[in-house]
Amino acid sequence: MIAVLTRIFGISNLVLAEDVVQDAFCRALEVWKFRGMPENPSAWLMATAKNRALDVLRRERTARTFAPELGRFIESEWTLAPTVAELFAAHTIEDDLLRMMFSCCHPRLPEEAQVALVLHILCGFSVDEVANAFVSTHAATEKRIARAKKVLANSQRLFDVEAPPDVSERLPAVQRALYLLFNEGYHGASPETAVRLELCQEAMRLTGLLLKHPLGSIPSTHALAALMCFNAARLPARVDSSGNLSLLFDQNRSQWDQDLVAEGLRLLDASATGSELTEYHLEAGIASIHARALSVEGTDWESIVSLYDALMTIRPSPVVALNRAIAIGESEGAQRGLEAIRAIPDPERLVRYPFYFAAIGTFELQSGKYENAREHFQAALALARNPMERHFLEQRVMACNSASAQQAL
Amino acid sequence: MSEFVFLYRGGEAGRSPERIQQSMQKWMAWFKELSQNGHIKDQGQPLERTGKVVKGKQKTVTDGPFAEAKDIVGGYTLIEARDLEQAVELSKGCPILEVEGGVEVRPVMKLSM
Repeated sequence: MIAVLTRIFGISNLVLAEDVVQDAFCRALEVWKFRGMPENPSAWLMATAKNRALDVLRRERTARTFAPELGRFIESEWTLAPTVAELFAAHTIEDDLLRMMFSCCHPRLPEEAQVALVLHILCGFSVDEVANAFVSTHAATEKRIARAKKVLANSQRLFDVEAPPDVSERLPAVQRALYLLFNEGYHGASPETAVRLELCQEAMRLTGLLLKHPLGSIPSTHALAALMCFNAARLPARVDSSGNLSLLFDQNRSQWDQDLVAEGLRLLDASATGSELTEYHLEAGIASIHARALSVEGTDWESIVSLYDALMTIRPSPVVALNRAIAIGESEGAQRGLEAIRAIPDPERLVRYPFYFAAIGTFELQSGKYENAREHFQAALALARNPMERHFLEQRVMACNSASAQQAL
Repeated sequence: MSEFVFLYRGGEAGRSPERIQQSMQKWMAWFKELSQNGHIKDQGQPLERTGKVVKGKQKTVTDGPFAEAKDIVGGYTLIEARDLEQAVELSKGCPILEVEGGVEVRPVMKLSM
């Protein structure tokens, strides 16, 4: 709804658009609590927002400038209502969502601000929910969002999704925002839980939207969508029935969603054209190897290492280096894994990341060095960010204890 | 049994869609419970926050009422209860109380012979 309203009111009136949506929701509450929910709640909300929009336009068309492209149509009563009706019609809404998504990824905003806007405006997350997504404070997030909105409001018109050069220029930012969004849901740092399904779902929904647009439907987007499908396929096994976190190595693979895997493979295929090899291609490639492997032992770790090697040349990061080291360990043995971890440059960037210590602990456990392993798992535990991670790491510590107890016997 | 009117005043505005949905579910559950226990005479209606105020012999019409948000009556329900005490007890379950709102409980005047 915000996307449509911003199209009507103009991006400079973003706050007005938000107010109208807020009004529609409040009204819904007041009416529905007495009369029950209507059969089609979203249609009801849309109709209410539309009527409110008409009211605002009529009342303020002399006082304010609305969307420049619609100028003439809003001025006359003859064309006002039909124009607004047309804009609220289903087929234009998807376009508006895309337009809004691209607008949010404004080049003058830092990446995190772009994703924050996407979450807040497109996905309807409250400031608190966005703050959670970034493990930031309410105040800091509010400021960030307010500043970002100002930047948007100053940009006169909404992004034009019909203009190929502009779209191509901003597409990487949009893809990155969606990637970060999915990641946050898949292994986020929220204090409540490591996995948040709704973030993954939103990311997939918006990526799907991107794929429907001729200018967005390029190989790198297919690769991104494939990556999301492969990871999402593992979600049912990632959190077990008691709400405990289960990592790739321990997951019950029969619970992986094979439909999603199939969809991922189809998308990966579609991405294998053109001359560009992006980080999404590589990550999707790695994810596809896991998705098709029946077991940890049966996984083609060597290929995974090669893909990580390539990824380190395009988009190096401490976490990528760590994952590569883990893959080396699986492929060539725990000792090599430990060496690879120790060889990671600038390890201080990893010292707040619990899974860094957990990885070292795992290889030491495999090498029979129970004391060392336990120390590392305890270090990891101290960095745990939510109950799921805590529980997982506690289990690991206990595993070290029982292993060394066994050895003592 | 006697009749009472619940007047709902105030209550928080501006929330996220999730909170609004939760709130709505609470209201519907509360109404349902009251109804099942035979306390609802007329479930009532939601009211627009402003309208017109007509006053005095001159019958002056002004826009309004422009009372403070916390005082504006947003809706009403006609309740049946044993006595004022029970009516008050019943009103305590109203979700509006959780969001800084209030329920005014007013007995309907009885025509006693």
